Amino acid sequence: MNIIVCIKQVPDSTQVKVDPKTGTLIRAGVPSILNPYDHYALEKALAIKAKTGAKVTVLSMGPAQAVAVLRLALALGADEGVLLSDRAFAGSDTWATSYALATAVKKIGQFDMILCGQMAIDGDTAQTGPGIAYHLGIPQVTFCDSVDSDGQRAVVKKLIEGGHQIMEADLPVLITMTMPVDYAPKYPSFMAAHKAQDKQISTWTAADIGADLHKLGLEGSPTRVSRIFPPAARAKGEMISGSAEEMAAKFIEILKKESFVK
Amino acid sequence: MIQVGSNCVGCGKCVSTCPFGALSLVNRKAVANASCTMCGACVSVCPVKALSLPTAGSEKKDLSAYKGVWAFIEIADDGKEQKVRPVGFELLSKGRELADQLGEELAAVVIGEGVEKYFAELSSYGADKIYAVSSPAYRDYNTAAYANAMISLIKKYNPSIVLYPSTYIGRDLSPRISSELFVGLTADCTGLSIADGLLIQTRPAFGGNIMADIKCPDYRPQMSTVRPNVFKKVVTRPNSMAQVINESIAVPAAAGKVRIVSKHFDEVSNQEKLDEAEVVLAGGRGLKDAAGFAMLEDLAQELGGAVGASRAAIDLGLKPKEKQIGQSGVTVASKLYIAAGISGAVQHIVGMEHSDVIIGINKDANAPIFNVCKYGFVADARQLLPKVVEAVKKAKQK
Repeated sequence: MNIIVCIKQVPDSTQVKVDPKTGTLIRAGVPSILNPYDHYALEKALAIKAKTGAKVTVLSMGPAQAVAVLRLALALGADEGVLLSDRAFAGSDTWATSYALATAVKKIGQFDMILCGQMAIDGDTAQTGPGIAYHLGIPQVTFCDSVDSDGQRAVVKKLIEGGHQIMEADLPVLITMTMPVDYAPKYPSFMAAHKAQDKQISTWTAADIGADLHKLGLEGSPTRVSRIFPPAARAKGEMISGSAEEMAAKFIEILKKESFVK
Repeated sequence: MIQVGSNCVGCGKCVSTCPFGALSLVNRKAVANASCTMCGACVSVCPVKALSLPTAGSEKKDLSAYKGVWAFIEIADDGKEQKVRPVGFELLSKGRELADQLGEELAAVVIGEGVEKYFAELSSYGADKIYAVSSPAYRDYNTAAYANAMISLIKKYNPSIVLYPSTYIGRDLSPRISSELFVGLTADCTGLSIADGLLIQTRPAFGGNIMADIKCPDYRPQMSTVRPNVFKKVVTRPNSMAQVINESIAVPAAAGKVRIVSKHFDEVSNQEKLDEAEVVLAGGRGLKDAAGFAMLEDLAQELGGAVGASRAAIDLGLKPKEKQIGQSGVTVASKLYIAAGISGAVQHIVGMEHSDVIIGINKDANAPIFNVCKYGFVADARQLLPKVVEAVKKAKQK
């Protein structure tokens, strides 16, 4: 069985601050991490590998430094890594990104299951997984928090509004993973990281995967950012300060006035 | 990367706008480095129009055949009954505004079993037309079946705009459609408007600390997803009936590749449902620990409210992820919202700003949360909350 896990390097968004003067993001010094949803998807793939002996290939698209997340994945137990890196990919929205990743999957060739995080925390779109599935012409099951496979079918627990469904899918299938609430990513030991140094990471360009250049980068991206701006400042409401007792008295007065306490 | 014209005056406005720090001034001219993602954010701030994205060689397409605003109506199933998920009415209400601005028609698209029973209510929220695909085969949502039906309808009727709910179903379905049609899809929009005939889609971007306007000038339909509780639902046509167009569309064989084995619904009391609660109390990092959250729970008990948390508090493990309020969590539109110890990052604000009465408690008088509050208490929430609980108890005894 062959599993491909699509992973992305993202800025640790919990550490991105906004410049109070300009209202823009301060990205300098913000560490990059493996997108947590992808991290979870990878661990699930490795669990299936442990059970079935599946081969796990990790695939990422990004600048040269994104090789770091592939190294991490290999240290955690993935077998091979592929980095798609080319200026031709710059400016890609989710359409062009999923086209590029799907084209790379075709070059990898053998696959029974593709696992993705449900979304990247720097974009929050959740569109790339389904896009890859479309371009490969395979079914998808999204927002799953568990996945298992016997090599014939995949069985997943998929979240739905107000509950969940157990679903089964014929292979090949693409599955996007959400995380359980108490998920804490695993990291490799120093020894494991050291041993993984010899595992192979291929770097492919747009030409290497035979991608149609009209479907990459800006040209392959229907969406355009026309403006970015800090959120509109609104008129401040009534500000209250004083001792805790005074404020509590004011608080209850407000709750009564607004009819939340009778 | 971004192209800088010779008319650049070196004012530096683009440098501070770039979300990626990719622009700098060299010899009083803007220069982009390899960090440029060609997002285009700098283009609109340049006062002399010196910045541009490399133009793609595509010829201008004639888009005039695309008309009308559609809302995909999701049918909710709680294991007992099926009904329209309320976000569908919210999409129709916003869609009505957009359609009026464009001078075009608004249509509801509903796929399911026995969907006739929804027609009157869908009409009351302003739909001129209803496209209905009704068959027992569509009772349960299936990606391949629904995507095929939507794509068939879109290709036949050429809408200019299609709105989807940002629910598990909407987020599964819409990217499948945008991929096949080669059109844009903007996720989780917090604002939609029309400018120069184009849909302007506003959403938090780059990790949620800043807003972006996104448009799709050269592709139709323009498609967006919107979370529940972002737009208000407004009955605009209480007694009218939309024109119904019934379409019979066969389910493709591919639908059989994914099967539902079993369905499970959580037993959640209404008080715990953040997205439907009338009173929501949210805690942030300022509550510090479990004891701080216990104070908030006490007040929630007194007010009959549901308790949520900011991402900062979730990251500290003070509440489970499903209680997160904000862009990457639940969006709420409650009658009363109390934000305790929350500073007010953009990604939190967009998840609660549509609440009616917002009360903020924060030690820092300059915390951004106060910009959306009707009442702002400059206080340590851990000091104030117990006193408020006491006061509410006393008031209720009277």
